[in-house]
Amino acid sequence: MEKDLLLSVNNLKVYFHGEETISKAVDGISYEVAKGQIVSLVGESGCGKTVSALTLLGLVPCPPGKIEDGEILFRGKNLLNFSEQQMQKVRGREISMVFQEPMTSLNPVFTIGDQIQEVILNHENVGKEIALKRTITLLKDVGIPSPEERVNDYPHLLSGGQRQRVMIAMALACGPDLVIADEPTTALDVTVQAQILQLFRELQQKRNMAVLLITHNLGVVAEIVDRIYVMYAGIIVETGTVKEVFKDPFHPYTMGLLAAIPGSSKKGKPLYSIPGSVPDSAYKPEGCPFNPRCPYVQDECKIKFPEMVNFKAGHQARCPITYRLWENQELPKNRHFGFENVKRAGQA
Amino acid sequence: MQRSLEPTPLLKADGIKKYFPVKRGFLQKTAGWIKAVDGVDIKIGKGKILGLVGESGCGKTTLGRLILKLLEPDDGRIFFNGDDLTDLTHKEMKSYRMQMQIIFQDPYGSLNPRMTVGNTIDEGVRLLKKNGRAHRKERIKELLSMVGLPGNVADRYPHEFSGGQRQRIGIARALSVEPELIVCDEPVSALDVSIQAQIINLLLKLRDELHLTYLFIAHDLNVVHFISDDLAVMYLGHIMEYGPSDTIYASPLHPYTKILMAAIPIPEPGAGKAFNPPEGDVPTPYNPPPGCKFQGRCPLVEDRCRQHEIDFYPTSDGRYVRCWKVI
Repeated sequence: MEKDLLLSVNNLKVYFHGEETISKAVDGISYEVAKGQIVSLVGESGCGKTVSALTLLGLVPCPPGKIEDGEILFRGKNLLNFSEQQMQKVRGREISMVFQEPMTSLNPVFTIGDQIQEVILNHENVGKEIALKRTITLLKDVGIPSPEERVNDYPHLLSGGQRQRVMIAMALACGPDLVIADEPTTALDVTVQAQILQLFRELQQKRNMAVLLITHNLGVVAEIVDRIYVMYAGIIVETGTVKEVFKDPFHPYTMGLLAAIPGSSKKGKPLYSIPGSVPDSAYKPEGCPFNPRCPYVQDECKIKFPEMVNFKAGHQARCPITYRLWENQELPKNRHFGFENVKRAGQA
Repeated sequence: MQRSLEPTPLLKADGIKKYFPVKRGFLQKTAGWIKAVDGVDIKIGKGKILGLVGESGCGKTTLGRLILKLLEPDDGRIFFNGDDLTDLTHKEMKSYRMQMQIIFQDPYGSLNPRMTVGNTIDEGVRLLKKNGRAHRKERIKELLSMVGLPGNVADRYPHEFSGGQRQRIGIARALSVEPELIVCDEPVSALDVSIQAQIINLLLKLRDELHLTYLFIAHDLNVVHFISDDLAVMYLGHIMEYGPSDTIYASPLHPYTKILMAAIPIPEPGAGKAFNPPEGDVPTPYNPPPGCKFQGRCPLVEDRCRQHEIDFYPTSDGRYVRCWKVI
């Protein structure tokens, strides 16, 4: 089922050079986004998800950051070879970004109308009047009531949810093909979060644009995403359609993440928690980076870096151990609920 | 409230209120009031966990601080173990402060960066005045091991620890004075999922081992349901629904509770059910309208809701709900 490929990232490596250490923030990741698809990079803080998104827009500060390897193909062209001038044409027009903090990413001394118009005037050869008209339409599209008046408001007059809507309007201003949303709902209340997710889904369907959603919230992912990439310590450990990955997680880290979400069906027992914490990106363990925290760990995991294994069509995970168990049908069924049975299976 | 959880609840608040003035203009005249907490009754039985949920600005944190008397209530009474704390002076409160502690949301901002972990915890241990110096060192080690940290971290500084570990230190500090009640103000909101689960388990374990009582404030409904025995849903300074958390989660009654529950993203794809996000934004508690506070967003609103204060009605299954339409 090959869809129109919009973005394809191949073996991207972004390192940050410190005085004595090298932080391998992104250490060889590959992912693809098709036209009109919602794809998610999921992971905990420090796993490299934001850095990998900033790289797409050429926003990684360099130095200390350095792109060591890989390519970013956007419509077949490698963005890493673009000059700063060429990148400016891409940013906001073909790829745009929505940030986590709607409070700090709007400029407090300009009206929201000015800030949205700026995007249009910068990228397109249109007059101010047309830009204003389009701004009002955009505000209407993202669900701001009475946009004709609100267009002259300053950001402090808006609530958190409305500010995030303005950020989205700004991102959509030039009709980009890809919107990168970096934790767009983390700072919002649940009710507002639901509204914003709904808005993303509507806009994506209406405009047939692709969304790269970066988040740590698996609940959010399950609601709107088509395909998911689970990141850990700078690498992708599992990928598949959301349905597949949630139903049948194959990487022990994904299983752990799912098991750690508190839910009503898990009440009364201690919640499963992944022991230890995420390794420092400058001091990753040898072999599989997850091995010190993994309930399935074997000797080989401590020496050999695991390859991506194909479990099913379109569903891959970086774990040879669970693959062997799965082939022998020894992998427990409800493994997203905890590891009580799994531990025994792993050590056997 | 006539509901009896226990013979004497450890903590009881009767109709407490806290209004903050809003000052405007050159002379700083009071232009209006923010009714942060507007007549709240709660009870927590010994060894129980009361979850407090609501959107930002609904007054959850203010309520937590009022209970600890870190803020003075404008009206209402607070009882701890049957003793009335409301009119106690700062000095008289001192002995109660040891029995009531707080854990903060931000594990980065709530530890003194210039004090070693040991010294931070020692401040509390010293207050108990029952240990000599050698004993205190032992006690600090014991507290650290209770929260799952090795004893040798006592000489290190907060910046050397990760978020989850700092939250553990914050918990050890709260435990250092051997409290009975701990107000947990969003203790896991700043943590990653896997670390969040560790801290939740730790809090539950300590509750069982030390017979602690928690007021657990959070905005994540999944977390609150998992941890709490009773639940209070707050909206603009009022408690809208109150009762056993399993009952409320199974069948929310108040329109606001329903909206909150429906908005929880469920980590099961396809469970995407009737995904109907609520209309409207979180209103401010500044000069709210008369009548029901939820009227602006309520799908069931009628004239009566706009004109009369709504009572707190008991239901047959042991909860309270502030809505006349659903009982």
